[in-house]
Amino acid sequence: MSEQTSKVNEYRRKFFGKAAATAAMVGLAPGVFLHTIARAKPADEPVSSEVRWGLLIDANKCADGCSECTKACNDENGLTGFGRPETDAQWIRKVTLKDKRTQHVTNLPLMCQHCANPPCVDVCPTGASFKRADGIVLVDKHICIGCRYCMMACPYKARSFVHETLTDQVPDVPRGKGTVESCTLCVHRVDRGDIPACVEACAASDNGAMLFGNLNDPNSDISKRLASEASTQIRGDLELDLGVRYQNI
Amino acid sequence: MSKSTTSPATNRRVFYAGESRFWYRLAYMTIIMGILSAVTAYAAAPYPDVPKGKGDQCVEDTEFMRANHMELLLHQRDETMHRGIRTKKHSLKNCIECHVVTDENNQPVSAASPKHFCRVCHDYASVSIDCFQCHASKPRNKGAN
Repeated sequence: MSEQTSKVNEYRRKFFGKAAATAAMVGLAPGVFLHTIARAKPADEPVSSEVRWGLLIDANKCADGCSECTKACNDENGLTGFGRPETDAQWIRKVTLKDKRTQHVTNLPLMCQHCANPPCVDVCPTGASFKRADGIVLVDKHICIGCRYCMMACPYKARSFVHETLTDQVPDVPRGKGTVESCTLCVHRVDRGDIPACVEACAASDNGAMLFGNLNDPNSDISKRLASEASTQIRGDLELDLGVRYQNI
Repeated sequence: MSKSTTSPATNRRVFYAGESRFWYRLAYMTIIMGILSAVTAYAAAPYPDVPKGKGDQCVEDTEFMRANHMELLLHQRDETMHRGIRTKKHSLKNCIECHVVTDENNQPVSAASPKHFCRVCHDYASVSIDCFQCHASKPRNKGAN
């Protein structure tokens, strides 16, 4: 009788022990969950160099004839052309490469590569061209005098000059005549925790060629893929340490 | 009164020469001052009818904002541009959203219109605004995305 009671007690002890452990895990899980998901920084906090934003672009997945990323960029940033392709602003463009021997065509989107050592910042005489702590390279148009040295210095031809008076700019993306501009990595979206418009559009088109994330976080999707798969920097020989990396080019 | 004397024959006030000159001068001056003030009041435009923003109270005291809004905007501009601080309180975007003025079709007016919140005072004070060469002067049209 007493033996039976003790067995029951033992069973109960084990049961409660397991229940407590489960409860502890459940209690812990939401905290962990929140920690990984809550990427958006509070609006009153400055950006920090603990984060470095980057892109991984798989050229094999970039479909021929698809222009979802460039369209999304133009919509998001209010880039309206004047029907003059030579001078109209272009923050992201589709580049098509053809291997003449094999006839293989490679498509890739090309934009500001957000270098860690940006030549545009080196040459800027006023300090308008600058790199934010989180690695995003921007133009402070309040300071830009429109000399276009940065456009000459950029190896990726990523920057545009605004030649004409603009109206109806997007509130989040001020742009004006006489200043240089380029891809901001959709900094206004990134600051509120969203991904750049081009990446979102690429994912929505089911091509999924672009991945955005924090290069400094070893647990981010982009870092994991960069660690496990081969990738290239365009003109890596310049040792600019690019924020945008490509695969299969 | 005490200084003037009364002659018993005519029972009239007798003015000393200096005293009368003084009263004449005072009269002239009063008239000239009156004309001047009338002219200046007429020449200056009436104080502008500043459109009211949304809500009860601006982010700072109205008198403070009148004198210092440009300093707040300048500070916030650098904070946002270089450090990614996007608090709404002193952001131009938020000013524009709160102080939006609509036209007869209920559409927000841009700074091209003299009815625009910023224009009303800036026109009165004859100070040009450079902000809207680059910045949007009205909230983004929700449908036109």
